Amino acid sequence: MRAMIVKEFRQLRRDRRTLAMMIVMPVLLLVILGYAASFDVSAVPTVVAGPGAAAVVKALPETFHLAATYQAGPQTPEAWARDQLRDGHAAVAIVTGTAPGLQVLIDGTQLFDAQKTLQELSALSGGKAVTTASVTGSASVQILYNPELKTSYIMIPGLAGVILVFVGTVITSLGVVRERQAGTLEQLAVMPLRPMDVFLGKIIPYFVVAVADLAIVLAVGVAVFGVPFAGSAAVFALGALLFVFVTLGLGVLISSVSQTQGQAIQLAVMTLLPQVLLSGLIFPLSSIVAGVRWIAYLLPLTYFTEISRGVMLRAEPITSLWPPFVYLALLGAVVATLATLRFRAFLAPGEGR
Amino acid sequence: MTGPGVWGAEGVSVRFGARQALDRVTISALPGRVTAVVGADGAGKTTLLRCLVGALAPGEGTVRRPDARRIGYLPPGTGVYEDLSVAENLRFRSASYGIPAPAAEREVNKYLERTGLAAARDRLAGQLSGGMLRKLGVVAALLPQPDLLVLDEPTTGVDPVSRADLWWLIASAAAGGAAVLMSTTYTDEAARAARVLVLDSGQPLAEGTPAEIVAAIPGTITVAAERPAAGDERRRSWRRAGAWRVWQPGADPGRGEAVAPDLQDAVCVAALRRELGASHA
Repeated sequence: MRAMIVKEFRQLRRDRRTLAMMIVMPVLLLVILGYAASFDVSAVPTVVAGPGAAAVVKALPETFHLAATYQAGPQTPEAWARDQLRDGHAAVAIVTGTAPGLQVLIDGTQLFDAQKTLQELSALSGGKAVTTASVTGSASVQILYNPELKTSYIMIPGLAGVILVFVGTVITSLGVVRERQAGTLEQLAVMPLRPMDVFLGKIIPYFVVAVADLAIVLAVGVAVFGVPFAGSAAVFALGALLFVFVTLGLGVLISSVSQTQGQAIQLAVMTLLPQVLLSGLIFPLSSIVAGVRWIAYLLPLTYFTEISRGVMLRAEPITSLWPPFVYLALLGAVVATLATLRFRAFLAPGEGR
Repeated sequence: MTGPGVWGAEGVSVRFGARQALDRVTISALPGRVTAVVGADGAGKTTLLRCLVGALAPGEGTVRRPDARRIGYLPPGTGVYEDLSVAENLRFRSASYGIPAPAAEREVNKYLERTGLAAARDRLAGQLSGGMLRKLGVVAALLPQPDLLVLDEPTTGVDPVSRADLWWLIASAAAGGAAVLMSTTYTDEAARAARVLVLDSGQPLAEGTPAEIVAAIPGTITVAAERPAAGDERRRSWRRAGAWRVWQPGADPGRGEAVAPDLQDAVCVAALRRELGASHA
């Protein structure tokens, strides 16, 4: 048995990646999760609209962090407030000058912000439970997009992204590494195929599978869990396309630095885990400590979650969703360029010399 | 050796980190002929073939090869997909080379029938025996009717019957006009080639027709039942077929019985001359 233990340690010492995964990953996860794993909301982004906005702003409890005010303009105060919520600029909108006095609109897709708001309103009204469409004192409260504050409503659009990461990154990286391990990548390199033909020929089938997966997840989400699909299918499709493009590129990139399928899986899991934990899918981005939150902005799932929740639940138009689209496109360009360069190095070793 | 249809490498060097895998190696592959690269494991045979087909860019030197459509290549791992059937592998290969389906089908049928693979047409490549797998790899490399056919150890670890089938494939490719370049660890097999390059630790040890290489051995080779007891003669001896061969570099044949050397003896002497240094050159 001693010989077996010594042999195992020797192999482990040479397998640096597994060693890193066993030692560095738990520490890293603990630190990241320690700072990220928080459902506590300390500041709820709030907009105030209407003729009495100034007075409401003065009386606003500390929890409500003022994002913007609107007194009068081309839109009615309520229309402006609803647009602010739809476009994700705020989680709560207070509209003055309406019967019975104040109208509080809450974005139900910002689950933790919404729950915090309801707690605050309940405290303000002397402990009385506040629910959707309830009237408390001189205020009417309305929860939009997810009136029952269902977790499935906000999870399923994001989970669709997780499944795409799984197919795009994990399965693709395995497919490419398999070619290398079997020695067929070298055969492809000398065949009269352009590197781009091999690259696209390799990822298009995974792309098709990923799209089919997405369609199934969405269909189940809508049919079984009753998740609404309120927005434009075209905007959603464009976002999904960009996102799949990034994840497939990541898969190829991982495969280009992995010698075996085991190594590819390790690396793919290392990219999957932070995406699940830090993208805002589980913990609200605003609750993550700023020192860790920047990582979230490097992860494609962060932007896809923003797009899918915005389009599916709030019918957010592309005019307000353009930043995540631009970031996804940028990430896609960087990842695809790196992946193509690495892939090219195998398939056309003589070129560029 | 250059000329129309003569493919090859000139002064090719490859370095992997601190290791010099190839050191100024020159080789030519003539149309209609089989050229063999022979050497022990780690001699640089695979690296040289990879340079020739374009899978590896040499650090120095030049390579002359036809367009990728005119190259057939059997890499060390056969290059076929083990989770595709024999027919599917060949269909993929011919489609990648743009060969029209009816023409490809005719070629495939001819080769599969001749090599005994026809019955395994629908079997997964991963379920084939080692010899059948190598045959499939060579048939796939032959499909584009290449001008340059490069085969990396096509017969290593293969049974005698499959070996004969493989040699039929190799010979018929050469008869069809292809320049065939193959590597092997077997000198008896290299002796069947028109030209041979002997590699040792990335350096060319000998080059020419098998007869030229054998004729170039200085001195005599003798055979003895026992290994010479000690000294210089012991260092010039090697075991072969249950006896000991001794290379006598000078005119004096020594005490043993002189034998007519073959390519294997010539390769051993070439390696000894390098190992023992200039005093025996």
